[in-house]
Amino acid sequence: MTLEQIYLAIPLAPLFGSIVAGLFGRVIGRTGAHVVAILGVGISCVLSLYVLQQFVTGAAETYNATVYTWMVSEGIHFEVGFLIDKLTVLMMSVVTFVSLMVHIYTIGYMHDDPGYQRFFSYIALFTFSMLMLVMSNNFLQLFFGWEAVGLVSYLLIGFWHTKPTAIYANLKAFLVNRVGDFGFLLGIAAIYMTFSSMDYATVFAQAPEQAQAMIQVIPGTDWSLMSVICILLFIGAMGKSAQVPLHVWLPDSMEGPTPISALIHAATMVTAGIFMVARMSPLFELSETALTVVMVIGAITALFMGFLGIVQNDIKRVVAYSTLSQLGYMTVALGASAYAAGIFHLMTHAFFKALLFLAAGSVIIAMHHDQDIRNMGGLRKYMPITWITALIGSLALIGTPFFSGFYSKDTIIEAVHHSHLPGSGLVYAAVLAGVFVTALYSFRMYFLVFHGQERMDRHTRGHLRESPWVITIPLIMLAIPSVLSGYLIDPVVFGNWFDGVIHVSGQHDVLAEIGQHYHGPVAFVAHAFGGPAIYLAGAGVATAWYVYLKNPQLADTMRRRFAAIYTLLVNKYYADDFNEVVFAGGARGVGQLLWRIGDVAIIDGLIVNGGARMVGWVSGMLRRIQTGYLYTYAFSMILGLMLMIFWFVFRPMGGSA
Amino acid sequence: MIALSDYLILGAVLFGLSVAGIFLNRKNVIILLMAIELMLLSVNMNFVAFSYFLDDTAGQVFVFFILTVAAAEAAIGLAILVVLFRNRQTINVQDLDTLKG
Repeated sequence: MTLEQIYLAIPLAPLFGSIVAGLFGRVIGRTGAHVVAILGVGISCVLSLYVLQQFVTGAAETYNATVYTWMVSEGIHFEVGFLIDKLTVLMMSVVTFVSLMVHIYTIGYMHDDPGYQRFFSYIALFTFSMLMLVMSNNFLQLFFGWEAVGLVSYLLIGFWHTKPTAIYANLKAFLVNRVGDFGFLLGIAAIYMTFSSMDYATVFAQAPEQAQAMIQVIPGTDWSLMSVICILLFIGAMGKSAQVPLHVWLPDSMEGPTPISALIHAATMVTAGIFMVARMSPLFELSETALTVVMVIGAITALFMGFLGIVQNDIKRVVAYSTLSQLGYMTVALGASAYAAGIFHLMTHAFFKALLFLAAGSVIIAMHHDQDIRNMGGLRKYMPITWITALIGSLALIGTPFFSGFYSKDTIIEAVHHSHLPGSGLVYAAVLAGVFVTALYSFRMYFLVFHGQERMDRHTRGHLRESPWVITIPLIMLAIPSVLSGYLIDPVVFGNWFDGVIHVSGQHDVLAEIGQHYHGPVAFVAHAFGGPAIYLAGAGVATAWYVYLKNPQLADTMRRRFAAIYTLLVNKYYADDFNEVVFAGGARGVGQLLWRIGDVAIIDGLIVNGGARMVGWVSGMLRRIQTGYLYTYAFSMILGLMLMIFWFVFRPMGGSA
Repeated sequence: MIALSDYLILGAVLFGLSVAGIFLNRKNVIILLMAIELMLLSVNMNFVAFSYFLDDTAGQVFVFFILTVAAAEAAIGLAILVVLFRNRQTINVQDLDTLKG
């Protein structure tokens, strides 16, 4: 097989699995469905890892070619094409690996579900969509993948379609994503308008010429063209990667089955925004305004979504807010021009967050689908594998030295520290505070679930046991990279892995500044002891231990003491209520208004009924002329004749008489 | 010597009389038919006058045709009138308004 055939096979294998499992699910049965889906994703994963290996050894070069031309319309090429470079290949490997683990895990988690085949069809379709997104070499295909993952996300959040909350949640996810997609589409349109091409390579090559260009969106005000394009694209990323204020859909998406929360809403789809910004680095580097916006939005998300994690009692929602917060960190990295660090955190986060979600799912199975952490406790004894893997995931998440999360998150914090963009000081404070918050909520959940008193009822306790191997194997398989992938920091962040793929202009290159003091992963840990982050994480764990394990009454006391803040957090800063009242209510109000004025008054009243009434009135006038008397008709004939004669006699004599 | 214009004025007066007869008449359909005949005669008058003064007999040939047509028309008109009276028991113009919208 040549590399080109491999590139083609990577997305098509899951698509094939999806189609077979979806359309012939009845025929091939449950076993057939999961075999064919896992086979498709498995092939894709193995091939991706093979391509990754080819890139590591240098046997493969960046590949950029059009595979299929859909149509050419007035010079616009609508094409399917692949751009396979080191960024893509890293994403492909992460996506297919996590996806494969989730597929295997699903066998156990969805074991008794009547929609088993449908589920496998959807997640295989998701893998296909995500691969199309990351492998694309043009904006059109990027948008296709972008929408396709959104669609699958919609289908899967509402997978249990008899549950009203799930239907509400998937609608919400879809609508909020539409807001982002609208910005994204405008961004693509602006790019096409400027560069007359949708091909990455062409656009990136011409981008520097447009760096100083201005555009008048509102007449009379000059805006930098690049800033407008980048901010529009970033609005798309805000929707997909759930950044404030478009974050509201992600916590609600926990209504879907847990494997989906792990795959789509933690590890892959939500990182599409991060990937897209990193891919567009040649554009973003041209606009400091856009970078500042990206960084500030990221910092707000990282800190404030973390706070919400502290007060949640649903095990999946805690992890969901943690995901939001970590996506904020990635966004901050992008804003600080540390794209490599952002992608690196994306990768490590994909492993440990998928792990945490799957561990949470394992706990949920053991608890008979009770997700309230107040009813758990002491599960360590009953579920040793879940316990140890969840501990590894939590340690990685809070950035414990030598775990993967430490390397990625510390790089981001350092990068912000070195950034010279306006506002970077505040952002630095926010991400540092975020470290403490992360440690607090992660270990609050960890202690409440696995340690302390056993608070579940007797019946549930009697049935507590470790999950079957199809669930524990993926946990273990994900725990390994959760620990080890941090050591890839050498090539990925400070090495030359992303040379020529991600473009960073000289004055923003914070990673190079940090790189000057970088002397290997172990020295990096030693260096970290000189900074505050590591102590903040420790303090967070200690606080969680003291408040929730040692002295549980303290939590209640604190809650009463800070009732105002607690209410604010439990209500999620009233963001949902705000949207409900302002946007939903406003839209309803505008609709009401348009209905009253536009529909009832203008269209129904004026045009439809008014037209009929007008015709009636005019004919009422006209029928008076129709007297029925011969002499009136004769008179009008004579009148007409006279007018005609007048016309002939007195008409203006032009040229000939 | 009577000038051409005198004949034309006579024609115009006759025509005007017949027009007035058509739409001022509110009573009898027969008067209507008579007014139409008068209108045709006024046109004949013009034809004859022009034929004489321009020394062209074609005009008089036309007059014969018109007279023939007028006679036929009067016959048909009277026939219609008889049928009308049979149906409606009236020839009062004011009552004949079935075309009214």
